[in-house]
Amino acid sequence: MREKLVLLGRRFSGFWEVYSGNRKGVLGLGLVLFFFAIAALAGYISPFDPRKIDPSRTWSPPNSVYWFGTDWFGHDLFSQMIYGTQVSLIVGVFATLISMVVGTAIGLLAGYYAKLLGEFLERVIDFFLVIPYLPLMIVLVAVFEAMETPIPILWVVIFVVGITGWSSTARIIRSQVLSVKERQFVERARAVGASDLRIMFRHILPNVFPLVFANAVLTVAGAVLAEVTLDFLGLGDVTTISWGMMLHFALSNSAVYRGAWWWLLPPGVAIILLVMGFTLIGYSVEEISNPRLRGKKA
Amino acid sequence: MPGDPARILIPRGHNVDPSLIVRMREFYGIDKPLLTQLFTYILQTLQLNFGYSFYYKTPVGHVIGAWLPNTLVLVGISEVIAIVLGFFTGAIAGWKRGRRFDIISTSFGLTTWSMPTFWLGIVLIMVFSVQLGIFPVGGVRTAEMIHASIFQQIGDWGMHLLLPVVTLTLVSFAEYMMIMRNSLVDVMTEDFVLTARAKGLTEQQVLKDHVVPNALLPSVTTVAIALGFIVGGALQTEIIFSYPGIGMLTYMAIEFRDYALLQGLFFIDAVLVIIANFAADIVYTYIDPRVKMQ
Repeated sequence: MREKLVLLGRRFSGFWEVYSGNRKGVLGLGLVLFFFAIAALAGYISPFDPRKIDPSRTWSPPNSVYWFGTDWFGHDLFSQMIYGTQVSLIVGVFATLISMVVGTAIGLLAGYYAKLLGEFLERVIDFFLVIPYLPLMIVLVAVFEAMETPIPILWVVIFVVGITGWSSTARIIRSQVLSVKERQFVERARAVGASDLRIMFRHILPNVFPLVFANAVLTVAGAVLAEVTLDFLGLGDVTTISWGMMLHFALSNSAVYRGAWWWLLPPGVAIILLVMGFTLIGYSVEEISNPRLRGKKA
Repeated sequence: MPGDPARILIPRGHNVDPSLIVRMREFYGIDKPLLTQLFTYILQTLQLNFGYSFYYKTPVGHVIGAWLPNTLVLVGISEVIAIVLGFFTGAIAGWKRGRRFDIISTSFGLTTWSMPTFWLGIVLIMVFSVQLGIFPVGGVRTAEMIHASIFQQIGDWGMHLLLPVVTLTLVSFAEYMMIMRNSLVDVMTEDFVLTARAKGLTEQQVLKDHVVPNALLPSVTTVAIALGFIVGGALQTEIIFSYPGIGMLTYMAIEFRDYALLQGLFFIDAVLVIIANFAADIVYTYIDPRVKMQ
């Protein structure tokens, strides 16, 4: 056990040595950690109660008291921005977990069983790869909401974003499994009597795992964007504070026509930075695991 | 999908004869068991009969037929610009990897890629339509306007189309650029590039005749996949600009629980995606002489 830990630690420090030399990767990690810190410390750093409605302070542009101004309801937008970080990260991370589990499982099966099951799963992956996912997500969320389940809408959104976002993971895993399963160690494992499941999870999965990780980070970026879009379209929980909901209310209260740029710009910029952060990490891990993509010093 | 269309057609609180609801459900065929409904749907769809829209009270085919051309124009123009521009920029960026052009265009692409489509639309409307007053805020033509000439009419149409096209182009541009850039970088490590250089070709010739044609192949495949995402981008763009296309129609159909229309729209989406993939396959056979159509 201890030896394993030491080995793991050494492997990680080796990875970190390469990673920290990647400027894009460090920038991305910095951005993501920044938002995680804000989400974790929201209760301490937000100057006002984000839900407090105060009619005496509506439509105020940014000033020294309300750094990001106030909205039509009199909410402090700076505090709303801080709390909104939590929803984006929760949905992003949990939806990605669902996508990873589904995508990895289907990718493993599709690659390992080349015959009928593999062929069938490959078609399923292709189907989900080209399906217009936004209309699908909208319909799924609408269905769950109309069913009036006791499940909170936030979890419905997480579930829907998760089960529509696994196809690219499955495709990448499948193509990797196809090549890994031809290697000798798989044959050896089979020769000593290992079961299919054991070969898949103990021998093949560890070899494709770096790719799963790179893909997971990119999937978070997509999930964050999906959540914002669903919230914006009014399909999320209108009582939560999220960047998408801020934009939803901004548009429905004609912030555009009143020129209330302070209500519209911060959520958009925050989304760009967060999505960019995850994307940069994903690209860097991909670059490191695929040396052909590695730049000279980019 | 839950939510009884009969309840949507007769607003809540209205006291109507219960037999009317029964007759209504009978008329739309939603009183039958689900399996029968499914069977009827498949049979009718095969005959290209998509049913009757609950909300518009006209055949689904007519509704979609009226709104589809607008979407085809919007998506067609934006995607052609985005693909040409994206491939061109991506090729140069990959060729000059790590240099200033690469860093600037990659950063720009990454920014537009990270942007929610609807947000970009909102910002463009706020700046160019509301603050500067250059472009109309939405729609496809100025209402109640009588144009002196056909050119004026086309001009009006173009003004309405410009911001939606810019929005959709910008959000899809990055994807095409990154695909091209990365496959170019990949191809440049191949031995034949070294051979081409060794036999004394100029850098331009190596790029144009040896690197780009090979980098195009994976790019075209990925474009076909990316087109599925364009449907979502078009939906957001159309909603923001009140642009009467099938994206907005989809959104309204969900709002009104117009199942028949929704089914028709999904069918059209699927057909369009399949046509796009088919087109990509045909383009592939043209640019790759190794693939021959039988």
